[in-house]
Amino acid sequence: MGRLIWGLSGMVLASLAHAAEYNMPVGVTEISREVHGLHMLIFYICCAIGAAVFGVMIYSIIAHRKSVHPKPADFHESIKVEIAWTVLPFVILIAMAIPAAGTLIKMEDTSDADITIKITGYQWKWHYEYMDEGVSFFSNMDAKSNVARQLNSGINPADVPNYLLEVDEPLVLPVGKKVRLLLTSNDVIHAWWVPELATKKDAVPGYINQLWTKIDEPGIYRGQCAELCGRDHGFMPVVVRAVQLEEYERWIAERGGKVGGADEQSAAAEPVEVASADAPAVSSEPAELTRDQLMSEGEKVYKNYCSACHQADGSGMAAANFPPLTGSQIANGPVDAHIDMVLQGKNAMAAFAYLKDREIAAVVTYERNALGNAAGDVVQPAQIAARR
Amino acid sequence: MSEHHDSHHDDHGPEKGIMRWIKTTNHKDLGTLYLWFAFIMFFIGGVMSLIIRLELFSPGLQWVNPEFFNSMTTMHALIMIFGGVMPAFTGLANWMVPMMVGASDLALPRVNNWGFWILPFAFTLLLSTLFMGGGAPASGWTMYPPLVLQTGDAFPFMIFAIHLMGISSITGAINVIVTILNMRAPGMTLLKMPLFVWSWLITAYLLIATMPVLAGAVTMLLTDKYFGTSFFTAAGGGDPVMYQHIFWFFGHPEVYILILPAFGIVSTIIPTFARKTLFGYDSMVYAMASIAFLSFIVWAHHMFTVGMPLAGELFFMFATMLIAVPTGVKVFNWVATMWRGSMTFETPMLFALGFVFLFTIGGFSGLMLAIAPADFQYHDSYFVVAHFHYVLVPGAVFSIIAGMYYWMPKWTGHMYHEGLGKLHFWLSAIAINLTFFPQHFAGLAGMPRRIPDYAVQFTDWNVISSIGAFFFFIAQFIMAYNWIVNCVMRKGAPATARVWEGAHGLEWTVPSPAPYHTFETPPVISESEITAVHDEPAAAPSRA
Repeated sequence: MGRLIWGLSGMVLASLAHAAEYNMPVGVTEISREVHGLHMLIFYICCAIGAAVFGVMIYSIIAHRKSVHPKPADFHESIKVEIAWTVLPFVILIAMAIPAAGTLIKMEDTSDADITIKITGYQWKWHYEYMDEGVSFFSNMDAKSNVARQLNSGINPADVPNYLLEVDEPLVLPVGKKVRLLLTSNDVIHAWWVPELATKKDAVPGYINQLWTKIDEPGIYRGQCAELCGRDHGFMPVVVRAVQLEEYERWIAERGGKVGGADEQSAAAEPVEVASADAPAVSSEPAELTRDQLMSEGEKVYKNYCSACHQADGSGMAAANFPPLTGSQIANGPVDAHIDMVLQGKNAMAAFAYLKDREIAAVVTYERNALGNAAGDVVQPAQIAARR
Repeated sequence: MSEHHDSHHDDHGPEKGIMRWIKTTNHKDLGTLYLWFAFIMFFIGGVMSLIIRLELFSPGLQWVNPEFFNSMTTMHALIMIFGGVMPAFTGLANWMVPMMVGASDLALPRVNNWGFWILPFAFTLLLSTLFMGGGAPASGWTMYPPLVLQTGDAFPFMIFAIHLMGISSITGAINVIVTILNMRAPGMTLLKMPLFVWSWLITAYLLIATMPVLAGAVTMLLTDKYFGTSFFTAAGGGDPVMYQHIFWFFGHPEVYILILPAFGIVSTIIPTFARKTLFGYDSMVYAMASIAFLSFIVWAHHMFTVGMPLAGELFFMFATMLIAVPTGVKVFNWVATMWRGSMTFETPMLFALGFVFLFTIGGFSGLMLAIAPADFQYHDSYFVVAHFHYVLVPGAVFSIIAGMYYWMPKWTGHMYHEGLGKLHFWLSAIAINLTFFPQHFAGLAGMPRRIPDYAVQFTDWNVISSIGAFFFFIAQFIMAYNWIVNCVMRKGAPATARVWEGAHGLEWTVPSPAPYHTFETPPVISESEITAVHDEPAAAPSRA
């Protein structure tokens, strides 16, 4: 028994030495530093009270045990002592409440923001929309993590860079600017959390919540959905890439947006959807795409949206009732039924109508000509538009 | 023994065989049934927690898929709260409240029978969902819409199971209140009652006030799903956040329903083994009453991230911090009771002291969680998981175990094995800290709760936590063996009527095992018998 306990304590110490993180991050915003300060302050207060209470208890356990202290005292009441240990904690609490209230008031002040971004939670991904700049996109967990996190994938998570905390498209924010984040949801409640920004708030369907942040240092900050949102709750990471203002402006321009757009541009400016970093800007998109273009884009879309259930090789998951696509009637039958399935969903399968025509055309083409299928046809974006 | 002397008792003795247990209206039989039921549920809920810890032993998914994992967290919580801790406390109340106040039985014995026998049906309904299309409920025990509305065939079964559990709890609560207010032996004024009785009186009022609120909330979910209402659907003019307000108006008092009886048990055990009267009896009662009152005005601290107005956040932060005052008073009073006592450390005392240490740690993390700006970081992380498990496992569950070791010799007439009891305590205390202390670190470092898989930097903490959980589960078999063989099967040494040298109270004036019927005529209250409870000079005129 003793050896077991020693062995375990050894393990605990070894783990302590190796564990990279055991405390709240100080973070990279004024607010996150204040929150960390409050956290440490209340922690030290608790430690001090704990040391006093446990110290008295342990002393009493040793000194007032029957073998050394056979005759118990008979006091059992003292109004003065009772008042003292009611009032003293009260005073400590007030001392704690004042700075906490100060920080809270700052955190809730979303006025005078330089940039406003609307964040929408979906099962199970985030959508970011730069309200004035006219840029918007979905942010999914990256394909490597997504393959590795499947049940018995055989891939060691330690070999996947930033396992579960990497996305295909991060949210890009400039440092030194006050950014207001508007949160809502398309389906169930999610929560957008980045520990190093000390930002966590629920995304509630039908309602808009507000957050703000002003990042001091460029860098990549990672977080996760923090409100149980169904099957893949653990697999919708948040990644924020904080960059210098010039780089941010360049990035917006590459996405076909315009910094401070809504003030200067006409109201006709439509938000431009961008599927992934390496997709060409939509304005230059030709009406017809080649088969190769469709297949390569389709593979990416498939990995992001379809492979979680239908699996990377199209074999499905019999145990969870996710049908295989390889040899399926839908993927090898009439193309319109296939498009409708993607647009409308069925049973456990979500409707993917929010994807662009081009993305759906690509993924349908891919599903019909890969994963062991050979329907041979090619689907163009116009066909998708016609089926909507 | 006295039961042979009063031969007319035999007419009212227990039936033979299974019908004794089905038809019984005896508070001792029903207490036993409640405790056995809770024991089985603790086992089932414990196995579910092991499935959770098994999957979290290493990053990646090795054992279960995410849907089933979510079902396990949901079912583990519902079973442990409604099937484990609450019935266990009701079982202890069944056994002890009538004996402590000098009543012959609970006031409403047939209601008592009904209240218990609802439970096996409720939990059969709930557990049957594991085998249904779409799986068992997987939306967390809080059942937040809209997510909960995505539940498959299990949905109505879960709702009806909760309705039944609520009915059972309310019947138990009514019974306790009526018994305490009407059936105390002459001379036992309210402020002379044992603290366990006080704790249950307050708990029972909390149950009656909040269980109907939970029933209302889940009924609205039911009509939202099946009858086209939109209480919680924004598209139909409703509000998903309203559900959370209603749920936590039940949920926060529920937290104290799970801990107030524990306060009562610990306040009974510490004076016995310190051989010294409880310090500050009156302030203990007032502290419990204050905690109960505050529990109704702090609910939204569970929802700081939901997007409340600033004024609301400030109010709920201040009100929540206030709870630390009466809770602190209780801890200080327990320590003052020990101070200059003459302590021995039998197993019930060890568990009671373990409770004071570890519940206080849970109280500290609770105080940290009350600080709203910091709560934005803690909320829905493993820090919260660590916090509430500290108050529920080494808190509520340790108190139940302490109470069982303390009173079981009285119930069965036989002592448990002290060495095994101490071994059980030390293994449990080490294992529970291994399980839950690292979760503080994982949460602070950014690990969200309710996830089946995690980023690799959280691995070390999860490995320790999983080892602790298995270790804890195995240690409980020592307890089961000790109780079943030595007490239930009566292999242990015979117990005296007093059992513990420092024990005071009416339950210790009857023989061990306690006869099937006790106090058919009200006992005479002697001041010396209840001094351990409250030392009021007999002639004091101030309190009638």
